[in-house]
Amino acid sequence: MKIADKTSDASNPFQSADAVQIDNISRRTFIKQFALSGFVLAVGMPLLRADETAAPKANPKFGADAMPHGWVDNPLVFVAIAADGTVTIVCHRSEMGQGIRTSLPMVVADELEADWARVRIVQAPGDEARYGNQDTDGSRSTRHFFMPMRRVGAAAKQMLEAAAAAHWRVPVSEVKAVQHQVLHTPSGKAIGYGELAKAAAKLPVPTGDALRLKKPEEFRYIGKGKQGLYDGRDIVSGHAMYGIDTQIKGLLYAVVARPPVLGGKVASYDASAALKLPGVIKVVELPSTPLPAAFNPLGGIAVIAKNTWAAIQGRNALKIEWDHGQHASYDSVVYKAEMETAARQPGKVVRQQGDVDAALQGAAKRLEAEYYLPHLAQAPMEPPASTARIVKGQCEVWACTQAPQLARELVAKWLKLPEDKITIHVTLLGGGFGRKSMPDYVVESALLSQAMQGKPVKLTWTREDDLHHSYFHTVSLERLEAGLDAQGKPIAWLHRTVAPSISATFGPDSKQQMPVELGMGVINVPFVIDNLRIENPQAAAHTRIGWFRSVSNIPHAFAVQCFVAEMAAAAGRDHRDFLLDLIGPARSIDPNNLGDTWNHGESPAIYPVDTGRLRRVIETVTREAGWGRSLAKGRGLGLAAHYSFLTYVAVVVEVAVDETGKLSIPRVDIAVDCGPQVNPERIRSQLEGACIMGVSLATQGEISFKNGAVQQDNFHAYQITRIDDAPREIKVHLLPAAQFDSPLGGVGEPAVPPIAPALCNAIFAATGQRIRQLPIKEQLLKD
Amino acid sequence: MITLNINGKRRKVDLPSDTPLLWVLRDQLGMTGTKFGCGMAVCGACMVHIDGEPTRACVTPISTLATKKIVTIEAMAQDETGKKVQESWLAQGVPQCGYCQSGQVMSATALLKNQPKPSDADIDKAMSGNLCRCGTYPRIRAAIKQAAGIGEVQA
Repeated sequence: MKIADKTSDASNPFQSADAVQIDNISRRTFIKQFALSGFVLAVGMPLLRADETAAPKANPKFGADAMPHGWVDNPLVFVAIAADGTVTIVCHRSEMGQGIRTSLPMVVADELEADWARVRIVQAPGDEARYGNQDTDGSRSTRHFFMPMRRVGAAAKQMLEAAAAAHWRVPVSEVKAVQHQVLHTPSGKAIGYGELAKAAAKLPVPTGDALRLKKPEEFRYIGKGKQGLYDGRDIVSGHAMYGIDTQIKGLLYAVVARPPVLGGKVASYDASAALKLPGVIKVVELPSTPLPAAFNPLGGIAVIAKNTWAAIQGRNALKIEWDHGQHASYDSVVYKAEMETAARQPGKVVRQQGDVDAALQGAAKRLEAEYYLPHLAQAPMEPPASTARIVKGQCEVWACTQAPQLARELVAKWLKLPEDKITIHVTLLGGGFGRKSMPDYVVESALLSQAMQGKPVKLTWTREDDLHHSYFHTVSLERLEAGLDAQGKPIAWLHRTVAPSISATFGPDSKQQMPVELGMGVINVPFVIDNLRIENPQAAAHTRIGWFRSVSNIPHAFAVQCFVAEMAAAAGRDHRDFLLDLIGPARSIDPNNLGDTWNHGESPAIYPVDTGRLRRVIETVTREAGWGRSLAKGRGLGLAAHYSFLTYVAVVVEVAVDETGKLSIPRVDIAVDCGPQVNPERIRSQLEGACIMGVSLATQGEISFKNGAVQQDNFHAYQITRIDDAPREIKVHLLPAAQFDSPLGGVGEPAVPPIAPALCNAIFAATGQRIRQLPIKEQLLKD
Repeated sequence: MITLNINGKRRKVDLPSDTPLLWVLRDQLGMTGTKFGCGMAVCGACMVHIDGEPTRACVTPISTLATKKIVTIEAMAQDETGKKVQESWLAQGVPQCGYCQSGQVMSATALLKNQPKPSDADIDKAMSGNLCRCGTYPRIRAAIKQAAGIGEVQA
């Protein structure tokens, strides 16, 4: 523990800490002999392409061990106790609405026996060598850092106990830390943490077998969900500081006009009108970088002004001629037809068992269907924003970023400064949803400060910028064929998945989906079908494809779960019963046997696919939702289940479609098995939010391209669900874990994918109309 | 030079008269509780009260405000209804990322000042101009009802 003399909100006791760094390597666990193809998604930097990932590596690492910089569990890094007893806990993961600034420090505080009312939280800057991995994505923060944070708290507590025992000259076995003080039971003496901190910090950090973690029944905070959001008061009073809110003396404000088409650049421009406007200070050209886009700034013309409004007005007054480059003909209507063509021809086989073609030939009944899902923009309510200044060769950045270490490395590269001269302060994120994993905007802000001789510059992306220049969720065409035998039993399954890959953003001409993308619910369907083939025909990317909450699970779950409902109807069977039979009996499956070499970067031994858990969420949600109950005309129930991010989710949506075709959603039931629940209250809020995001993308979400450019400018054209169209009631059913030391699943993402198929299956139940293309928009409306 | 009455204080602003209030608050006066979300009055993140009416600061030029009373999120803790809304927001655990919640609190406070016992339809009408990408709507509805002192009521 670092000792701070006083508690002050302005001071961070870690800024000058000279704490000892522990050696991670010796503590790495879970090492198994399996192929590593894992951390491409999680890192946010796909260095591996599909074909390069198959070769097994010796001693592969999994989970947090496999992430860059792994994890750190040194209490000297994460905990400081002031003389007045204030406990400061570092949160090294980005807060974007998932509640991580509450949940992870709460874990530390529990093991530390700290009184939550006396805990304050400081946000770590980007520094993975010090804090361990900070890429806040992949639904991993609690999964990867629950145990390290427990060890942080437990070690600090034991150091305080040892200090108290030494102080009283009694055996350590006679003392016990309880809620911010150490008690000596035989004598009844007590001493506060603040008095012990200085001595405790000098003691060795207990590790390994010397560490004593609490038993689950001893938890005060973990699993209880009683702690309010740490930032809640600041949020409701307007005092919470997001990336866009940074204020520094002498701050300049910037917006950038970027090439409307990927790979485009400025041919010529005239800034004379812009420079005449009041408040406009300077116009700067940012060079475009050659493709692949990676995390590079897109280039363009920046306007720097005395306030954001003046910068926007200045940008409006620019006259720019663009050289649009190679993607200028990207057209979503044409592209959809190209994907359909690709899906109707054989593609690269990525999983195969039995003889699908023969089984289809011999089937009593054959079905086929094609499902289309458009590009989506993450559209966090806070658009990307970043402030940078450069003073004496040191660059300081304040940014809403999910990837602060990556941002640090990129800024260092672009400014040609050593990494230790770059500081990335992580603000609150006004939503992330994957967009803020890509720090192109952080680099832009650093380049703009550099162009202004190091003066502080705040770059704001307007909503138009956000929708025009995101790293978009992929567009996909999923084609499925199935054969049923005379009894209605499925005997053949052919799935062709066509979608431009995230890897195309980072590598030239990448046209196949990566194992990471295939492992998101298309290759790893745990179905009992003798003859099964998954193919991945090629698809070229014409925009930056990136991470969107739940990523490829969205199209895959939509197609698979809608198609299973279609199969059940064709077989004349109840959808739930059919789905349960398709999943088959409860069993534990090695994901490698499903063709999934990725498994979310986790060990297949620790995280097998457990069909018993999948069955249980389906059984729970259908029971709770009253599956099979009689409904009024125009109402229907729809079911979907999906396994992703190591978590099992099943959903029943109830819809009402009136005689004009207007859709409403009176109720959604969601059953979730995410393993042990660290903060059940925030799990519920994440699932409610995932449900609404799923409804939003299903009913309204679409980014389309024409002449290479995005057609939607703002929220009037890219609609997201509002309160009056949201489900009126969302009932979350959390399934208890078998035991508290069972492995944790993800929470932030896995409830999004099953919403859209459950919704569309409900629409079929209500109206008889199949929705195979998203968004639903006006498809239900009667003329 | 325009003098604005913001949260009961007179603030002198020397900016072009077509400048929207939003940027005056955020960039000139350092009051960043009022958020930028769209810039065209479709998301509600910038909601303030102008003479008690919920108003979007992003499309409200300061030239129209010389004689008006402007109230922002920063003053809600001193407002009887606003304080009640904030407390119910915390009790229901409404915020996720929290970015839109300034605007949500401002819209909800204006609603409850006008309609102390709103129906679900009233809530829909008053709150449908405020987007939340995290999807906190069910809790927003519950928090408004809690602040209004009404239990679960059906539309």
